[in-house]
Amino acid sequence: MSASAVHSLWTTAAAAADPIAKIDAPKIEYGQLSPTLIVVGAAIVGVLVEAFVPRKHRYYAQLFVSVVALVAGFAAVVALAADGYGTTKAGIVAMGAIAVDGPALFLQGTILLASLVGLFTFAERRLDPEAHGNRVDSFAAQAASVPGSDSEKAAVKAGFTTTEVFPLLLFAVAGMLIFPAANDLLTFFIALEVLSLPLYLLCALARRKRLMSQEAAVKYFLLGAFASAFTLFGIALLYGYAGSVSYATIAQVVDGTVKNVDPALADTMGNDALLLIGTAMIVMGLLFKVGAVPFHMWTPDVYQGAPTPVTGFMAAATKVAAFGALLRILYVVLPGLRWDWRPVMWGVAVVTMLGGAIVAITQTDIKRLLAYSSIAHAGFILAGVIATTPDGVSSVLFYLAAYSFVTIGAFAVVTLVRDAGGEATHLSKWAGLGRRSPLVAAVFAVFLLAFAGIPLTSGFTGKFAVFSAAAEGGAAPLVVVGVISSAIAAFFYIRVIVLMFFSEPRPEGPTVAVPSPLTTAAIGMGVVVTLVLGVAPQYFLDLANQAGVFVR
Amino acid sequence: MSFPLLTATAALPAIGAVATAAVPAARRNAAKSLALLVSLATLALAIAILVRFDPDGDRYQLTESHSWIKEFGVRYELGVDGIAVVLIALTALLIPFIILAGWHDADPLETGSKRWRPTQGFFALILAVEAMVIISFEATDVFLFYIFFEAMLIPMYFLIGGFGDRAHQHGEETASTQRSYAAVKFLLYNLVGGLIMLAAVIGLYVVAGNFSLTEIAEARANGTLDMATNTERWLFLGFFFAFAVKAPLWPLHTWLPNAMGEATAPVAVLITAVVDKVGTFAMLRFCLQLFPEASKWATPAILVLALISIIYGALLAVGQRDIKRLVAYASISHFGFIIMGIFAMTSQGQSGATLYMVNHGISTAALMLVAGFLISRRGSRLIADYGGVQKVAPVLAGTFLIGGLATLSLPGLAPFVSEFLVLVGTFARYPVIGIIATLGIVLAALYTLVLYQRTMTGPVKPEVSAMPDLRVRELLVVAPLIVLLIFLGVYPKPVTDIVNPAVQQTLSDVHEKDPKPEVEAAK
Repeated sequence: MSASAVHSLWTTAAAAADPIAKIDAPKIEYGQLSPTLIVVGAAIVGVLVEAFVPRKHRYYAQLFVSVVALVAGFAAVVALAADGYGTTKAGIVAMGAIAVDGPALFLQGTILLASLVGLFTFAERRLDPEAHGNRVDSFAAQAASVPGSDSEKAAVKAGFTTTEVFPLLLFAVAGMLIFPAANDLLTFFIALEVLSLPLYLLCALARRKRLMSQEAAVKYFLLGAFASAFTLFGIALLYGYAGSVSYATIAQVVDGTVKNVDPALADTMGNDALLLIGTAMIVMGLLFKVGAVPFHMWTPDVYQGAPTPVTGFMAAATKVAAFGALLRILYVVLPGLRWDWRPVMWGVAVVTMLGGAIVAITQTDIKRLLAYSSIAHAGFILAGVIATTPDGVSSVLFYLAAYSFVTIGAFAVVTLVRDAGGEATHLSKWAGLGRRSPLVAAVFAVFLLAFAGIPLTSGFTGKFAVFSAAAEGGAAPLVVVGVISSAIAAFFYIRVIVLMFFSEPRPEGPTVAVPSPLTTAAIGMGVVVTLVLGVAPQYFLDLANQAGVFVR
Repeated sequence: MSFPLLTATAALPAIGAVATAAVPAARRNAAKSLALLVSLATLALAIAILVRFDPDGDRYQLTESHSWIKEFGVRYELGVDGIAVVLIALTALLIPFIILAGWHDADPLETGSKRWRPTQGFFALILAVEAMVIISFEATDVFLFYIFFEAMLIPMYFLIGGFGDRAHQHGEETASTQRSYAAVKFLLYNLVGGLIMLAAVIGLYVVAGNFSLTEIAEARANGTLDMATNTERWLFLGFFFAFAVKAPLWPLHTWLPNAMGEATAPVAVLITAVVDKVGTFAMLRFCLQLFPEASKWATPAILVLALISIIYGALLAVGQRDIKRLVAYASISHFGFIIMGIFAMTSQGQSGATLYMVNHGISTAALMLVAGFLISRRGSRLIADYGGVQKVAPVLAGTFLIGGLATLSLPGLAPFVSEFLVLVGTFARYPVIGIIATLGIVLAALYTLVLYQRTMTGPVKPEVSAMPDLRVRELLVVAPLIVLLIFLGVYPKPVTDIVNPAVQQTLSDVHEKDPKPEVEAAK
């Protein structure tokens, strides 16, 4: 940096320090931010509930607060969309920090609904046998106690439950709501952290198999921290390149329409090396979150170790949020760079689809299997992202909505199949489930068929949407790879169905717990959405289509 | 608006399937009767279609068209031509016999057995397959067709994997393993075919912008929709691959013997006589209409594959020791004839192929269902376990013989007419292939008559000596099929009258005319 540039830095700083009265109060559009604000507010109320409400009332208080918050948030999203904030009135709010537009509202709506369904599985307390006369959920009695220690036993005996999971969930949801709507890189990063940190914690809170759960959390945290660090480094580089963290400004600099060089950054601005490396690092962080190969290593371990309701929530809502953010970064910030990122994303999509599908074949644990299947699905969604057409955006939006409900439903079914050690996740134990509990097995089969993309389920409509968008976007070879990996993936989904329906039940096999209306609602919602989006998807495709335009 | 007859014909069995599945477990006989009633009502609707269809009228009749998924340009479009009408009638005709023949196939086993057999499920699944097959025949929207073409795999899969023969020579454990192997093989083969077709469907969408068969075919014909030669060929291959797996054509046929061997006889009939027909039908309707140039380009290769199917299927049928697998290989040989007839691109060939689909459906049903009755009596599928049955159960042996003779295309029985037409149609354009294909007839005589000789004639085996003859229910199944075989063998005109105009139109789609006879050309 030259001496004059440094000097100018000082002088401008001195000038700005002049009269304090000249700083304008930031203009915040509270109405348009209401979905996020409601959820954050409720999360804070949840913390207060933890502090002041007696232990035995906390569960119901927390459940009430969370349900009200998510429902109200969703209502706010619907109201905003009905008001036209998704289309004609779309704009940038909060001093350029957040965008309220079609994709943002659509994804926020999806995240809120998926979280509500996820919340039901969090609150389920009928599945585990009662411990010392107290109903228990899937979470550790007391997170701070060492697994197997006396303090843990005492906590279980006293009937403690970790009701902190509800505010944690709400904080994560708040981060997810901002993530796809963020309109500058700092907001983007903060949202990333706000959504990630509660998830790291939630992963560690399993009641059964606590060591595995804690191991999963540590792995997730360490790798997630790496990914965040990469992202942050990338943000710094992009700032160095563009002289701004605002999406719109960076996009203009990339396009070359704006050239007002910030004297402080005279040496770095417009340096393409910074742009390319910075982009790569940010995208890397996002690909980590969506679990794309080769950044997927954490997925199977974390999905397996985390409490199953958390896995379902994470697999659905995090993916929605992260893909939303990825779309915005690629479509709003870096459209001028698409000839650079498209080939790379092609490669990532191909290895993600094939890698996820092939490795899934050898899995013997149902949760790991679903983890690899989620990797393969991330690949399918990436195929839609690559389209770089309006159809690409709307197909990805539709796919995310369809996929999240199937996922939560599928993991909710996993929580029902239990033996003495808790959930019986080893595949061999699922043999003959169709004989013992035809209904549960049939529901799970519906979810698996949707994952496999069989027509008349939401999975097929989604797959058709992304593949046709990709084909129209000139990525026909990607479609071919996509159908090949679908065929490979179909093999292991079918294998589970075979196991459930055509294998002899084991004498000491697991039992199917009868859930409370909460989990029943979650599963029922999954089935309904799966079938409706499969048979009559027109309305929702329309919605996704209208929502497919980003504001810049 | 007129009554949506086509929708009703497909919807009735679908609703019937749900209703059948909902019958409480204790009242399984009510479920059976309900399923039979629904299938008969469907038959009545199919006959109504047959009556209202005017062979000399528009190409697609009784059409229905509604918007369905606007985003993808998908419409709910139905319409039938002569070929579809005949095949819908065949499907609706065979299902009641299949249900009646499988009356006890899904009864719970004697107490103590671990096998789980939900009776209602069996009949509900059969009706579900019927609904999906019928709508596949009716769909004139490629996407709509694709959806049901794929979706029908799922009920089929459960029918094959969930319900096997009552007794098995290797014990229940092995049988269960083999059954689920067969079911998975069936599903994977067809799913891979279907997914490759999905890529082609998407490709077609990108090229044409909609899925309407009539619109695309018209645009292709008047030149407003131009496809690059290579694009058309790739798309054609994508479609054809799926249909060739379904049909099945050598070398994609290997799932069929497994599936037909392990499934119960009525389900085996459902596979080969009903579901597989969707494959050959779709070749006629979609491959030829959408991709005429590519179809002609691929004709030599397809004819050779069809020829290999004919000879190879027949040779392997000769070598089979298992009755059901023998019928399966015979079917592969017959599908070779059907595909050969379609791609010979002559009116006799294609009329013959369509007629062949109908006749093969009826004759295989007759043969396989009687074979099923035989197998259920002795509890074995092996040919070597039988002998001298005709002395003990003459009616069973007699009907088995007629089914067998129909399979070998004896003149006077229905398949003869169609096989003759196919051979004539092929010979007119490809004499060498036509001549080699006649070998298939010789081999058919060999495997059928040897089968009959080994099982029905000779000294009576002790295990067979107490075998009861056909019961009333079984006679009710077999007798009408045999009457039909004889009737259509003597007087095929009702069918050919409906089929011929449609075939002429299909031929004009591919810009083909029948080759002039040699003698005339010489003048």
